[in-house]
Amino acid sequence: MFIQQLSVFVENRPGRLVDVLEVLAAEGLDLNGLSVADTTDFGILRLILSDPARGEKVLKEKGFIVKCTEVLAVDVHDSPGGLLFAIKAMSSVGISVEYMYAFGTKLSNHAMVILKTDDNVKAANTLKESNVDVLSAIEVQQRLKKV
Amino acid sequence: MFFNESIERMGHDEMREIQIKKLRKEAAWAYANVPFYKERFDEVGMNPAQISSLEEWAQFPFTVKTDLRDHYPFGLFAVPKEKLARIHASSGTTGKPTVVGYTKQDLENWSECMARLIVAAGGSSQDIVQISFGYGLFTGAFGLHYGMEKVGAAVVPMSSGNTEKQIMLMKDFGSTILISTPSYALHMAEVMEEMGVTKDEISLRLGMFGAEGSTEEMRRELEERWGILATENYGLSEVMGPGVSGECYCKKGMHINEDHFLIEIVDPATLEPVPDGQWGEVVITTLSKEALPMLRYRTKDISRIITEECECGRKTRRMEKIRGRSDDMLIIRGVNVFPSQIESVLLNINQVSPYYQLIVTRKGYMDLMEVQVELADAAMLDQFQKLQALEAEIRHKLRTILGLDAKVRLVEPKSIERTTGKAKHVIDLRNGGN
Repeated sequence: MFIQQLSVFVENRPGRLVDVLEVLAAEGLDLNGLSVADTTDFGILRLILSDPARGEKVLKEKGFIVKCTEVLAVDVHDSPGGLLFAIKAMSSVGISVEYMYAFGTKLSNHAMVILKTDDNVKAANTLKESNVDVLSAIEVQQRLKKV
Repeated sequence: MFFNESIERMGHDEMREIQIKKLRKEAAWAYANVPFYKERFDEVGMNPAQISSLEEWAQFPFTVKTDLRDHYPFGLFAVPKEKLARIHASSGTTGKPTVVGYTKQDLENWSECMARLIVAAGGSSQDIVQISFGYGLFTGAFGLHYGMEKVGAAVVPMSSGNTEKQIMLMKDFGSTILISTPSYALHMAEVMEEMGVTKDEISLRLGMFGAEGSTEEMRRELEERWGILATENYGLSEVMGPGVSGECYCKKGMHINEDHFLIEIVDPATLEPVPDGQWGEVVITTLSKEALPMLRYRTKDISRIITEECECGRKTRRMEKIRGRSDDMLIIRGVNVFPSQIESVLLNINQVSPYYQLIVTRKGYMDLMEVQVELADAAMLDQFQKLQALEAEIRHKLRTILGLDAKVRLVEPKSIERTTGKAKHVIDLRNGGN
């Protein structure tokens, strides 16, 4: 029901993002999606990887501070109001979204939204009840696979 | 328990009289036997035999470490070689070491000073003492060694290093007192845990730590990991070695052996004496050293005098735990700041490592201070607000301790340079310093 997301602490100075991406590339890890939240001094890089466990291990070995978190990957129809429907379903039962980011998939007319809420279990159930697809890790990989 | 009750419980006024009397004698001895001091007395026109007060004594010039180096090796000694009984030297980080000498009587006084501090901390003839200071030219091991013998304790002269063997013998011999630097004692505790030995399997009950500074947080860790009472004592080879002052079992400041050492506290910036209770640099005059009298020696250590009587019954004045070195002191917006204060704040915040860097800059006429700290806790990455709250917390605590506003910047783990020995924590980018 949930997928693994890595959060990496990066200082805001030139080359630090390069350092993270190089570690992943050297390990042959596929970067499915990412988002960055930052201040002037530091940022948190959030990554969806093909193999999060290995990603966590290699980044930690390179001295990065890494946290693995469970998040929801939600399938959203790529049309006006597509996301609105999912978010509305959650807000109606009092779930708040801590952060979210989206990326496209190979499946035409479908986008993928990564959600971290204050209650992921409740969020997943609510979404399912509203007929919104909550994707498993395997499904995520399938949708990103080249056709 | 007291080792020398009449001295240790002597009232302050009576002690002051003894100090002045001994000061005159020590000054006259230095004047008569050390050309360096004779010149200085003559320069300021002071007659050593007529010193009548501490205010008058405060007019005498300071002695500093380079004076010892300039007279390497025996130029400041007040006795001929046949009177010397021991020579020690301190490791000079650059160039020649500083050399110190002792007569037989000096060694006797040294043991007496040490014995008082040992008994005050709770040591007795019942104890088996593992001395894990390095033996050699360094004064630490020998100071404690002879003091312990004087008390009647059984000494195990382990020296430092070979930590697994240290733990094995500590367990097998049933050592009850450990003598070492606080950092080595922490390392030993780690090795003990790695060896699968628990603190219940050993008989250690007391640690007397010294030779380097430590924080209250380190003390707590030492007490917890070893299951001991951890005390601290103070001294420096230039004036004798360990034995200048030390904590009793109450751990509320270090009792000074005032009949052997006259301690003044001076403002590191103006070099004027400060009132009791105020922080400043420790200046020591030896009152009974024969081989190497030290007159108004600037230790560069920052402390303050505690005048209140201690619960243990000793009436000697106490010195607060050393807060830092006057060399490290920064004046930021007119406030004295010691890197050790920042360290003590960070040690209490689990989400960051104790490594930090202080960067001071100036914008216009305003000093700006930035503290860079390494993030250590991945749980902080859940929410961005957690990191911001952590920064705010550190900033608030620094403001409480320093009385200054600092910018806090979280940096990645291991990005601050690890230095062995004296860590270089401060980068002062203000033009010409302050």
